[in-house]
Order: sequence, then C-alpha cells, then structure tokens
Amino acid sequence: MQGNRSRLWYLLLLPPYIALIWVSSYNKVEPEWAGIPFFYWYQLLWIWIASALTVIVYFATRSRDH
Amino acid sequence: MPIDWISLSVFGLLFVLITVLGFLAGRWRRGDLDLLHEWGLAGGRFGTLVTWFLLGGDLYTAYTFIAVPALMFGAGAIGFFAIPYSIMAYPFVFAVFPRLWSVARENGYITAADFVRGRYGSRWLALAVAVTGIVATMPYIALQLVGIQVVIAALGVEGSGWMADLPLIIAFVILAAFTYTSGLRAPAAIAIVKDTLIWIAVIAAVVAIPLQLGGYGKIFAAIPQAKLLLAPGPANALLPYSAYFTLALGSALALFLYPHAMTGVLSASSRGAISRNAALLPAYSFLLGLIALLGFMALAVGVDKAPQFADFAKAYPRNFAVPALFISAFPSWFVGVAFAAIAIGALVPAAIMSIAASNLWTRNIYREFINPNCTPSQEAQMAKVVSLVVKFGALVFIVSIPLQYAINLQLLGGVWIIQTLPAVIVGLYTRWFHERALLFGWFVGIVTGTSLAAMQGFTPMTAVPIGGYVLPSYTALATLILNFAVAIVLTPVFNAIGERGIDETRAEHYG
Repeated sequence: MQGNRSRLWYLLLLPPYIALIWVSSYNKVEPEWAGIPFFYWYQLLWIWIASALTVIVYFATRSRDH
Repeated sequence: MPIDWISLSVFGLLFVLITVLGFLAGRWRRGDLDLLHEWGLAGGRFGTLVTWFLLGGDLYTAYTFIAVPALMFGAGAIGFFAIPYSIMAYPFVFAVFPRLWSVARENGYITAADFVRGRYGSRWLALAVAVTGIVATMPYIALQLVGIQVVIAALGVEGSGWMADLPLIIAFVILAAFTYTSGLRAPAAIAIVKDTLIWIAVIAAVVAIPLQLGGYGKIFAAIPQAKLLLAPGPANALLPYSAYFTLALGSALALFLYPHAMTGVLSASSRGAISRNAALLPAYSFLLGLIALLGFMALAVGVDKAPQFADFAKAYPRNFAVPALFISAFPSWFVGVAFAAIAIGALVPAAIMSIAASNLWTRNIYREFINPNCTPSQEAQMAKVVSLVVKFGALVFIVSIPLQYAINLQLLGGVWIIQTLPAVIVGLYTRWFHERALLFGWFVGIVTGTSLAAMQGFTPMTAVPIGGYVLPSYTALATLILNFAVAIVLTPVFNAIGERGIDETRAEHYG
C-alpha cells in the first residue's frame, strides 16, 4: 500500500507534458517580459517548473531507493 | 577571413590542455582498463556531479550549439522546439531510467541490447537493438565534426585539397588516441572543462550582447514577424501546432535510447545519481534556451549582411551565425575561448558515442555471434579497436561525402532509434509483448519511417491522414505508434504458435 501511495507522486511529472503540448496556450507575443515575447519566456520558465516538480517527486519517493 | 592569431593561440592552448587531460584521465578512479566495463563504463563509478557533467557534455553537443541557434536564425520560432524537447526528456528519465540502471547493475549489463537479451532471451531482438544503436550513432559522430569544421573556418584557418581537412584530422587523431587509452574516463574529465568554458561563453554572450544592442526588447523587435511565432498548420489540421509538439515529444523519447545516453546512465554509481540528474540536467536545458536565442541575436546584429562574413556565410549557411556573432561581439582572446568550448564540445560526445557503439558491437555482436568464448581482455581489446574504426569511419564520411547526407542520416537516426522503445522501455515494466512481435514492430517502424523520410526529401515531418483531417507529425513518433500497433496485434498470434524466451531478470532486480 505504501508503494501505491508513493507512486501517486509521479503524477506530478505530467503537468510539463500537458502544458507544452498545448501550444496554442503560449504561441503569442503578449504578455512580454523584459522585452521577451511570451512564447520564449514561458517555455524557459517551464524548464524550472519541471525541474522543481522532479525535485519534489524525488524527495517524496526517496525511501524507495533504499 | 584573415587568421586572428590571438584567437587561434588561445584556441590551440586550450586544445593542448584538454589533450593532456584526456591522457591523464585513465588514472582517474583507477580501474583495470583491460576489462570492458572499466574501459567502456568507467567501472560505474561516477557520482551525481560527474554524471551531470558527463551527460551534459554528452547530450548538449557541439552540433547542438551550432545547429539550434542556426535553426532559430534561419527558420525562427520552430527552432525553439529544442526547449520543450529537453524539458520533456527528463521527467521520463526520472520515472524510467532508475529501473534500467538497477537491472543493469544486478545483471552486469553494459548496453540496452544486453538488457533486451536478458529480459526476452532473444539474441535476435538484442541484435536489432544493437544494430539500430550503432547505425543511428555513426552519422551523429560525423556531425560532431561539423562543429569543429565551422569554428576552424571561423578562426580563418584555410587550406586547399587535403590540407583543408588537416585540422580536423589532427583533432580526430587526438580524440581517437585518448579514447583508446583512457576509455570513458577521458570524455568525463574533459566534459568538466568543456562545460565550464561553455557556461562562461554563453553567460557572457547573453549578458554582453543585449547590453551592446540595447536590451532584449530591441533584439526581438529586429526579428521578422514570420520568425517570431509558430506558423499555423494546414487548415484541416486535427490539432493545432502538432508539428511543434510531436517534434519535441518524439525527440525527448528518443534521446535516452541513443547508446551514448545509455552509456552515461549506466556509468553512474547509484540509482539515486540518475534521479538526481533528471532534476539537475534541466540547468543545461536553460543554457540551451539561451544558446537558441543567440540565433536571434545574430539576426539582430545583422551578421548575414556584414561583408566580412560573406564568404564564411556562403561556405556554412546558417551554421556560420553563432561564430560570426561571437567574432563581432567579443575581443579576440574571448573568441578563442568560446570556439575552443565548441570544438571540445564536439570531442566529448564523439568520444562517448564511439565508446557506446563499440560496447554494442563487442557485447552484442562480437561476443554473441562471432566469438562467444572470448576472454574479458580480448573483449576490451576488441572494443578499443572498434572505437578507432568507428571514429575513422566518421572522419572519412565527413571529409568525402556532402554534409547534407550526414544531416539526413542523423535525422533518420532519430526515426530508427525510437523504434527500440517498445523492447527497451516497455520491457522494464512488463514482458507482455512477445519478443518476435517486438521484432516485427521494430522492422515495420524502421522500414516505414525510412521510406516516409526518404519520400519527403529527408524532412522530419509526415502529414498523417485521419478521417478528413491531417495530423502533421514528427515521423519518428508516428512510426513508433505503428510499431506498437504491430507488436500489439502480433503478440497474441506468436503466443498461440510459439514458446517464449527465458527471462533471466527477476522483479526485485528493478528496485
């Protein structure tokens, strides 16, 4: 049962895929940030969000590594 | 262009430095280099940080550094697909590859084909995986040389006839020699230097160039509207912008199936080192994002209109953009540092790729089919020699065949390597698929993917017709789905008529 509950944490790895496959949501210029069109800074931002989500899943499931 | 002696001296000095480092690396975390897993996987001794440098140096290659901004420069927003691509790669690695690492460590596997052999008990399926890996890797090695060629030309070094290729030949002899003597330890040690140089060069570029140009707003204002955002697809498209995300998703799934990525994963010292790297490697994705933007900076600076780069641009259309940008924005000595970073950035992945290809050859073809009774030292010796053959082949390839062929083959490489996903990745979770069904699926995927790409003049996209609509898709992803369909349909058929191979792995091996 412990194993099943900890596997649910892996669902946190899905949002980056959903966000990036939904291209219409970000193929636009506005809102700009520091002169950078939305298309570019939004995708760069997802690098860090995806990384943060992975870190969360890592710590939440770490006991499985031992 | 005239030779800039300051740039060239700095470049040469750094090259000498990493050559020495490459030879000394054999003594690092010393092991018996007459054993294949020591030569070809560094004994699996690399911790989180070295693995980070190794995979970073391995996946973010010189070709990436030149080609991604060149695509932005030439084609605009579509070139930014490299960013969602690298974002989508790592959660997949995090979820899947620790299992592969565990089962490989438990059973002494050093290649993906080793795992397939053990899991399905099928030497033919393993052979298919090994051959796919070797064939997909070869043009990739050749393309690394393009990175070196471009920066050597940018330094003003010219020659006629075979002299023109002399700097490239020297670089490759050095590469071949230290790979032979030091194995995987050499690219790992050099990757640390190379990545440091790349980070310095890129951070300087993304800070200094916008300052010179008056901010990012000015840079984007200089980009033509057509290049700024993705063009809408055909009117009867099933999903909007499917070209962009299928390219990203398919490339992400294919990335870690490449033998050189597999080698990076299997050389890690622990399962946790893989998980941690899946969280830490996105730092390189951010670097890649900044590098992609260099393509737009080159447009804003107007390197395509500068007369001093006219010949260079003609010799290396698009690929000249980033080197030309560096020359116009930085002092000579720094240009030398940046170009050295790119050239060394070609040697690291080329070394790892040739090691990975020779691991596959030695383990899954030579020992399996040619000389099953070879001693461990014969096995390691065979791998070392094959690594030389592979690199020499790549060199001949790039010197004698038009560049476009290498680019086309590398593109096909992605279509081919993804066809090993059902056997390798799904195999980590279930043996539901029959090994012969997997082999047929692989075959159908390879043949369909290759002919689709060839029919369309080696562009990566295929318009899949669905009902009255089309779904423009990355050919690799579309043919992977076909591959799965064939394997699913044939599995019950083969289950009914034939026996299954023996699974030598056990549930607890996967951790």
